[in-house]
Amino acid sequence: MKILISYSSKDPLYEQIARQIKEHILRGELAPGEALPSIRNLARELQLSVITTKRAYEELEREGFIESVGGKGTFVSGQNGELIREKRLRALEHKLGEIVTESKALSLTLAELQEMLALIYEEG
Amino acid sequence: MNNILEITELRKTFKGFTLEDISFRLERGYIMGFIGPNGAGKSTTIRLIMNLINRDGGDIKIFGLDNIKFEREVKQRIGFVYDENYYYEELTLLEIKRFIAPFYRQWDDRAFMQYLHRFDLAPKKRVKELSKGMKMKFSLALALSHHPELIIMDEPTSGLDPVFRNEVLEILADIIQDETRGILFSTHITSDLDKIADYVTFINQGRIVFSEAKDSLLDSYALVKGGRELLDRDTRKEFVGIRENQFGFEALTRNATHTRSIFGDRVLVERATLEDIMLYTVRGNTSA
Repeated sequence: MKILISYSSKDPLYEQIARQIKEHILRGELAPGEALPSIRNLARELQLSVITTKRAYEELEREGFIESVGGKGTFVSGQNGELIREKRLRALEHKLGEIVTESKALSLTLAELQEMLALIYEEG
Repeated sequence: MNNILEITELRKTFKGFTLEDISFRLERGYIMGFIGPNGAGKSTTIRLIMNLINRDGGDIKIFGLDNIKFEREVKQRIGFVYDENYYYEELTLLEIKRFIAPFYRQWDDRAFMQYLHRFDLAPKKRVKELSKGMKMKFSLALALSHHPELIIMDEPTSGLDPVFRNEVLEILADIIQDETRGILFSTHITSDLDKIADYVTFINQGRIVFSEAKDSLLDSYALVKGGRELLDRDTRKEFVGIRENQFGFEALTRNATHTRSIFGDRVLVERATLEDIMLYTVRGNTSA
């Protein structure tokens, strides 16, 4: 599992960690039931405060991506495929929102944006 | 109650210096950085915790026990590291160990040898042959070999080069893998704490400025840069300290969200470091 922390990013550190672990789960690189490193181990490896890694895990737990089992550790939730798909769709919507904002800032029309999207979609 | 260290309204007066009603607490499983400029009261506080000097008032509880009434019991469970070298220069590391070990019921010779090995210290070397960094590591090996629950370090990284300092920080991160332990670590090199500290207690002129989780500090404080025309009587109140020069100002805010809502895009808002926070708080306002 790869986690990279940027100190020049304006995103809080715990958010960077939570986001990257989430991506690993959504891409299926972390399977349901798989164990995650302990918050202390993760903090040592990334040279961060335990509070930061703890908060990242709390965030992921709240969103249902991981579960902590008292005394045993933290594991990727065994959620069904439908739920994950729904979450990915929501994430995609969010990204599209950013694209639309950026397009408007560049005074792109919807038609122009659709055209650009179609082109990229066909290429992919 | 899971406080490994609890200090309440601690007081000590010397000629020309008063430690005024210092209060803070440290939970098990965490690293606390204790920062402040020279002469702020860091070492005095630590000496009071270790009962090396007498307090005038207040309360210190370690593992829930009074640090004076239960001094012997408490010290068995503390690992203490300080920056001055107090060992006999002519003795070898093993000889010093033989002198220190009997004081501790829990002394672990195997652990000691492992630390020496890990820190690349030859047991037969004499203290005077060690560099400053090696002496520091030797102090650390001695302090850790009785498996202390609370580790107290007074300026452990001062005078060390960045490579050595980073090694010390890695050792601390290793220690804290055991969540029943706690570390209090005084330093004026705040960049050591930007990364690994969980809590930061800031002391200035004998008073506690704050004692908080580092993450929430770094999320709430921010550096703000902008043109001087933005500064007036009201907007100045927004900042802890302001530095002005011919071309603009740089200031520290305690509430980044609020400051952003006032100035919007007219200023640059950047993540503050502990050093920024310390500098601006100690110096207040200056203009060049």
